[in-house]
Amino acid sequence: MRLNTKRFIAAILISSFFIYSIVIYTTGTSVDKGKDYITEQSKKGRQLFQNKNCIACHQIYGLGGFMGPDLTNVISSPGKGAVYVKAFLQNGTVRMPNLNLTETEKDEIVEFLTYTDKTGVSPVKKFEINYDGTVNWKGRDEKGN
Amino acid sequence: MTEPLIGKGEMKKEISIYFILFAILALVGGVVFGMIGAFQSVIPGFFNFIPFIKCRPLHVSLVIAWIFLSAVGGVYYYLPNYCKVTLFSDKLAKVHLWIFISTGVLVIISYLMGIFGGREYWEFPPVLAIPIIISWILFGFNFFKTVFTKTEPWPVYIWMWGTGIFFFLFTYLESNLWVFPYFRDNLVRDITVQWKSNGSLVGSWNMLIYGTAIFLMDRIKNDNSIATSRIAFIMYFLGLINLIFNWAHHIYIVPNALWIRYIAYGISMTELIILGKIIWNWKRSLSKAMQDFHILAIRFIVASDVWILLNLMLAILLSIPAINIFTHGTHLTVAHAMGSTIGINTMILIASCLFLIPDITKQQFSKLQAKSISVGFWVMNIVLLFFWIALIVAGYIKGYLVIQDKLIFQDIMLQINPYLITVAITGCVIFAGILMVFIPPLKLIRKYLR
Repeated sequence: MRLNTKRFIAAILISSFFIYSIVIYTTGTSVDKGKDYITEQSKKGRQLFQNKNCIACHQIYGLGGFMGPDLTNVISSPGKGAVYVKAFLQNGTVRMPNLNLTETEKDEIVEFLTYTDKTGVSPVKKFEINYDGTVNWKGRDEKGN
Repeated sequence: MTEPLIGKGEMKKEISIYFILFAILALVGGVVFGMIGAFQSVIPGFFNFIPFIKCRPLHVSLVIAWIFLSAVGGVYYYLPNYCKVTLFSDKLAKVHLWIFISTGVLVIISYLMGIFGGREYWEFPPVLAIPIIISWILFGFNFFKTVFTKTEPWPVYIWMWGTGIFFFLFTYLESNLWVFPYFRDNLVRDITVQWKSNGSLVGSWNMLIYGTAIFLMDRIKNDNSIATSRIAFIMYFLGLINLIFNWAHHIYIVPNALWIRYIAYGISMTELIILGKIIWNWKRSLSKAMQDFHILAIRFIVASDVWILLNLMLAILLSIPAINIFTHGTHLTVAHAMGSTIGINTMILIASCLFLIPDITKQQFSKLQAKSISVGFWVMNIVLLFFWIALIVAGYIKGYLVIQDKLIFQDIMLQINPYLITVAITGCVIFAGILMVFIPPLKLIRKYLR
């Protein structure tokens, strides 16, 4: 392969990386169904979630550790909700440490999880599989409902 | 084997040996925390002195440190000693090492004290990202100033090392974009960008590692025809396309734009070309490699080839949305991560260490030491297969039960517990294999540094 050909292909690919990145940062991620639930409290809750490294054990959208359950929809799941979350935060469990959070901090975490809950669904349990291997979701997704 | 060029100073060798020494120590530490974490996931309250929220980041960060330190240590040694160039600055290499090590120590202290604040895989307080970025810029500056003194044609591994360095810098910066409210305040954007950067970042360290594998085959066989061939560059560019576009299988279920998923799905299927090439050449390349199986470094490269085949098949399956919807958020993802990190990356980097350490120290392994490495090799690879299969089975069961939606989380975990126990036990045996492999090289290093 000639040097100029290699340079040309490399230049094209590197430019594509930057252009694609900008598109992802903007139009690719412009929709946020939970935006009405973004509050100062939920933002603090998000940072607290990070500071306590909750993601080591829990998942948001299936991403994170596997020691504890996915928390994306813990607020709207039947039999769960804000009180349920606060009970775990209050006492911990045999697997979950008591994080010694104040009432305000617990509320912030709940606010963050409420916002998260409104953004989408995880895990997706209702779907249709298409012939080409793609999937149509059924539920709170970009296809409606 | 080509002799190193004569007349190079000891300092360069020393700096590489320090990179390798710290890399091995990081690997040993990383696996110890990995074992503790594995037992914590099946025995609640196990070793509560360091809870899982500390163990997991310690495991991940130390293993990442092993990958970077060993890969970078190799590049610093191979460039001046085998690529007919003089390193631009020995001092910069030293500064790079000590910034990296001191930052690493601060990261470990912050984890042990329970001070987090960063994101998954980079859980340390974000301020510590600054020295990491600075040290990487120094490395990149030193590398490019060095290689630009060499006239073309560069072998493909120099392209790959350069690509790995360049893209790591950008993807690591990208992984810290969450510090800006524009990214942080929109969860969908935040997660998408986080996993875009993580996916490409893994692609960038793969460039460093695969470049090292090609370099080793080239140097051990003293044949540069592979590293300058047309097919090598075609595969390199295909790898680069995957680095840039093939990351969205991590986030198929995140409600971002649909086209992000379609592009990722399409690009990931180009990996079928790589898979096809491996299968097509399998018999010929394996029989060639088996001729040199007695060379310890080659042995680990052969093992990495087998693991590339297995993990590539798994990766292609996981990239199909219809399969991904069952496997996402399960231990199947962990199987892929472990298979790649241990089976591919670590095997290649061990090969690099086994080539580089005797070369620097001007000592050879004794028969007993070679035997220990050989036994460690078989232990690691055979037991890793059971470890990997246990994770796949655990992931398959969990994925099926989650979609079925009849059991609660705790009951699902109970169903997969026997497989997680297998993972924890086999993990300990893999650790024993790692010790068998690394104790002899550590002895050579100790003798050399005295």
